[in-house]
Amino acid sequence: MKIHEYQARQLLADYGVPVPRGEVADTSRDARRIAEDIGGPVVVKAQVHAGGRGKAGGVKVVGTPLEAENAAASILGRPLVTPQTPPGGVVPRKVMVAEAAQIERELFLAALVDGEARAPVVMASTEGGVEIEEVAENNPDKIIRVEADPLVGLSPYRARALSVKLGLPTNLVHPAADLIGNLYRLFTEKDCTLVEINPLVVTVDGRIIALDAKIELEDDALFRHPDLARLHDPDQDDEHELRAARAGLSYVKLEGGRVGCMVNGAGLAMATMDITRWAGAEPANFLDVGGSASEDAIAEAFRIIVSDPEVEAILVNLFGGILRTDGAARGIIAAAQETGADLPIVVSMRGTNAEEGRRLLAESGLEVTSADSLSGAADALREVLGDAAR
Amino acid sequence: MSVLVGPDTRLLVQGLGRDGSFQSSRAREYGVNMVAGVHPGRGGQKFENAVPIFESASEAVDRTGANVGVIFVPAPFAADAIIEQVDAGLDLIVTITEHVPVLDMVKVLAYLEGKKTRLIGPNCPGIIQPSSRVKVGIIPANIVQEGRIGVVSRSGTLTYEAIAQLSQYGMGESTCVGIGGDPLHGTTFTDVLEMFENDPDTDAIVLIGEIGGTREQSAAEFIKTGVTKPVVAAIVGQTAPPGKRMGHAGAIVTGKAALASEKIDALRNAGAHVVNSPAYIGRQMRDLIG
Repeated sequence: MKIHEYQARQLLADYGVPVPRGEVADTSRDARRIAEDIGGPVVVKAQVHAGGRGKAGGVKVVGTPLEAENAAASILGRPLVTPQTPPGGVVPRKVMVAEAAQIERELFLAALVDGEARAPVVMASTEGGVEIEEVAENNPDKIIRVEADPLVGLSPYRARALSVKLGLPTNLVHPAADLIGNLYRLFTEKDCTLVEINPLVVTVDGRIIALDAKIELEDDALFRHPDLARLHDPDQDDEHELRAARAGLSYVKLEGGRVGCMVNGAGLAMATMDITRWAGAEPANFLDVGGSASEDAIAEAFRIIVSDPEVEAILVNLFGGILRTDGAARGIIAAAQETGADLPIVVSMRGTNAEEGRRLLAESGLEVTSADSLSGAADALREVLGDAAR
Repeated sequence: MSVLVGPDTRLLVQGLGRDGSFQSSRAREYGVNMVAGVHPGRGGQKFENAVPIFESASEAVDRTGANVGVIFVPAPFAADAIIEQVDAGLDLIVTITEHVPVLDMVKVLAYLEGKKTRLIGPNCPGIIQPSSRVKVGIIPANIVQEGRIGVVSRSGTLTYEAIAQLSQYGMGESTCVGIGGDPLHGTTFTDVLEMFENDPDTDAIVLIGEIGGTREQSAAEFIKTGVTKPVVAAIVGQTAPPGKRMGHAGAIVTGKAALASEKIDALRNAGAHVVNSPAYIGRQMRDLIG
């Protein structure tokens, strides 16, 4: 689960990580008041769950409270389009107003789990303020990495060694090591999948501050953090992905595709997307209905797929185990009749009650082509798409 | 010595809720020797009037000589159940449970270091071995048949797909192993490849990987020098966009190495027969050994 910068900033502050003075505002008037309280230049930042805000005009440095109000007014309520948002952008509902620090150096600091090392790691770089992926690509030597021991934690000496490697002046080595220790504590205690401070700055007056922060929380651990679960902002989610999640489905919209896919199992769903391309068209979505989806969940999955205006054909691939394919067929038929969708559907159903499922679909009056294998489904899809083109 | 399980397998099932009970019934129908259940509050009862249920894994092992454990307990308690089964001295633990927190798995994997217990999973379909009629997990028994192909995969239903394709061409399986879709898991592709290479009942191997992580590259490294048997491989997720999780916690393109194309190249360079489409796994295998 992603959270906003202002929420991440608060969590860092709770763990003793120095952050710039500031507050979050819902309106431009609030933004002005906060700027007045801070006094001096401030930075006004759009609160959206996407990187690349600065280049997209979502971050503005201003000198006066009036300018802060104008900056906030120009950001709030207007779609912000960055490389990480959907093409239509995301509308910022809040802005962060914070003191504009006098920066001497910009660093990068992050904690995450390294799957290969099977341990949490803290990564740092002297190249702060830029996309760390770029640094990893072009200057991998600039990334410093320390591992934590899964059972011992992050030993303080390792945090100090990291601070020294960052080339910090002697008087800042200990504060930086403390900061790294606190970052790690936040990472583990709150079950984060990522805590990233970029940039971590050394100010002209010799302080070390987390100027921008990104935190991602682990969905699978939210059961033990009800307070964090409340930080979720549904406004930032794709409407369809949100609907799917509520129905217990896993859905990801893919830009530019025209074949809607409905599959049980993540691996088989990816395989089905891949054979869609093999058949000459791009998939419009990833959709895993799970291992034991009910008739209702299948119907909702169908509704979500057909609500995407780009979808021209549907590919259903279900391998029944606990999932009963006859129930799935009923769900599809019900949703198709209800939505009036008259798209061609290619169906591959195998496993539990598959014959009954196929019979129901064949007799439903829907435009259904049945297949009994993955390659058969690809062939059928190719034919259906060819027909559509004619 | 067969792969992971065999005629000597004495199965303990931990977590006899809805899924655990359903799957245990299916496994017993297939022929697995389920000797014990573990479920809090149900100690002293019997599963299907036949298998004793215990309060703890160690008691179950002491009383029944169970040597393989399978875990169906809900995700919040799964890590604890794994540690409990490690402490009980089981040789092999198969964790079916999905959504186990990553930081729990970090600790579990560290705890397993130096212990004799091997972990499969979590978030996996488990193991099935037709020759000894052992089913540990949820792979449907009706789709497999005895044969000489070893199957190893990160996915559940895609494994069933591969098995169905092998059946279509008249081939069966020696052992099928699902290693799971989570970024942190116990047994790896490499571990299972080594077992298949040393298994006299396996003639060829199907490996099914996906985007995310670099385990397929590690497998490719191993195949270069450690595998003489033919390997047919499929990597799914070629159409997945970067930065978006495709269902499995581990299936996300976070960098170049996580891409399907990188994995395909690595496996091809290692001599594996990588199919262009996941629909051609069975056909490719038939062409190789048919």
